[in-house]
Amino acid sequence: MSLPTLDFSLILPELVVLITALLVLIADLLWPRAASRGREQAPAVLALAGLILAGLLTLLAGEWSGATLQGMLVADALARYLNLVVLLAAALGLLLSWSYLPHFSTQRSEYYALYLLAVAGMLFLGKSIELITLFVSLEILSIALYVLTGFHRGQLAGGEAALKYFLLGAFSSGFLLYGAALFYAATGATRLADIAAQNAGGFYMLAGLALFLVGLGFKLAVAPFHMWAPDAYQGAPTPVTAFMSVGTKAAALVALFRVVQAAGSVPVGVWATALAFLSLLTMTLGNLAALRQSSLKRMLAYSSIAHAGYLLVGVVAGTAAGFDAVLFYLFAYAFMNIGAFAIASLLERPGFYAVQDAGIHAADGLFGRRPWLAVAMAMFMLSLAGIPPLAGFFGKLYLFAAAVESGWAWLAVAGVLNSVISAYYYLRVVVGMFMAEPSASAHLRLPLPASATLAVALTALGTLLFGLLATPWFQGISR
Amino acid sequence: MVPTHYYLILAAIIFSMGALGVLVRRNALIIFMCVEMMLNAVNLTLVALANQWGNLSGQVFVFIVMAVAAAEVAIGLAIVMAIVRHKDTINVEEINLLKW
Repeated sequence: MSLPTLDFSLILPELVVLITALLVLIADLLWPRAASRGREQAPAVLALAGLILAGLLTLLAGEWSGATLQGMLVADALARYLNLVVLLAAALGLLLSWSYLPHFSTQRSEYYALYLLAVAGMLFLGKSIELITLFVSLEILSIALYVLTGFHRGQLAGGEAALKYFLLGAFSSGFLLYGAALFYAATGATRLADIAAQNAGGFYMLAGLALFLVGLGFKLAVAPFHMWAPDAYQGAPTPVTAFMSVGTKAAALVALFRVVQAAGSVPVGVWATALAFLSLLTMTLGNLAALRQSSLKRMLAYSSIAHAGYLLVGVVAGTAAGFDAVLFYLFAYAFMNIGAFAIASLLERPGFYAVQDAGIHAADGLFGRRPWLAVAMAMFMLSLAGIPPLAGFFGKLYLFAAAVESGWAWLAVAGVLNSVISAYYYLRVVVGMFMAEPSASAHLRLPLPASATLAVALTALGTLLFGLLATPWFQGISR
Repeated sequence: MVPTHYYLILAAIIFSMGALGVLVRRNALIIFMCVEMMLNAVNLTLVALANQWGNLSGQVFVFIVMAVAAAEVAIGLAIVMAIVRHKDTINVEEINLLKW
């Protein structure tokens, strides 16, 4: 018997991230105790270097093609764009963590190691074309995120958020796993390609796909499986919220896309209709709930649920153009959403025991004190609301256009109406910044930390450039 | 020999009991045990099917699920401990700081 040859070159970025995670842990042990300044900065520098290296390897890899590691993972164009989105979100979130982490924890290396493990889980999830790998990748990212959510052990809100996220996350894993088992029942295969080739129909396939939708719906925070999301997003450290709201969505959407493609024997009408109603429910619920929030972070959490609904529209469309639109929107979303969370984190009031959330009026009068910050926040809010010429507008345009093309006009109309609802709560923040006097609850962390400022500048630039250069970018993705 | 679908029906019943338990119980540890029950019901399904299909994928899957479940236990109990230190309860209805 000969050992199978394994080609690791196609998963180099993932390996780099994993090895960096281990290096961060080891470096903390080996670093001399006396050199405390370097000791504080080293994990963040190392983690950022690892992410950038992984990003460069993804960019320079040339044409990725083909399955690797015994048909467990695939390196294709989809995985490549997912890599870029996740690594971008991770790098931006890491810049935020840099100045944020010292407010509540001294365990820097553990934080960054878990953070990188979550990134690795997301990257592997995007490449999984086999049920076991898919499950394991999903659990790697989930388990790391449970811990990160509760990383602020000094306050109860962190633990509570972690518990809710954990219990519902484990619950949803059970559904996903049962779905995988039913696929195996129908076909006797665990590779998605084999499952698709069997073309098996019947009850097992349908029930398996339904359970898969429930399991991935939980991870995506799709209504009615979204209950954990507002709590987890509010209780988690803000940089973690920013990162996971983008990264988890991106990876789970790619997995969802691959699974519905493999379950080709289930009539398209069945799962697409189910997804369309989930999408409608998600955006409506998310937007209506966001209207009445008093915490800026929780409002953004509900807005991120609504955005999961918009993103599903592209999967419902089921065409290549639909999923290209999803990928474009994920890039745009990474910039505008992380930017908004970055500003929210700067408006928080750090205390000894707890970081107090920024209230909805915390940004009031920001233009008078920090005009550039206010302009950036206005851009993020307008982009999230979908106002041209910013990235969010073009993202929605491509998504809804793809939906109309494949005959889902009513869903596109519902999406547009929802954008109008959402404009109310986004614009309320903008009006407050430019018109209102600073209220008693208004607070701005001073001096502004350099890394967070850099993150805000990068996200603002990205939001603007992705809007102005939307057409060439989108063509680049579709190619 | 016991037909495969007996195992599948049994597993489906256990899975449903676990899922129902998660929804109705209020003690975080019991909820957690119910989740474990769901995972083990899936394991039973997979083993039965591996026997029926005559390939090992299902058995390998079971080992991986067990390893993941062990990792989840470690994290879950740590989170419960972190909460008990703040607030002397694991009743999920009393852990209600975050809500609208």
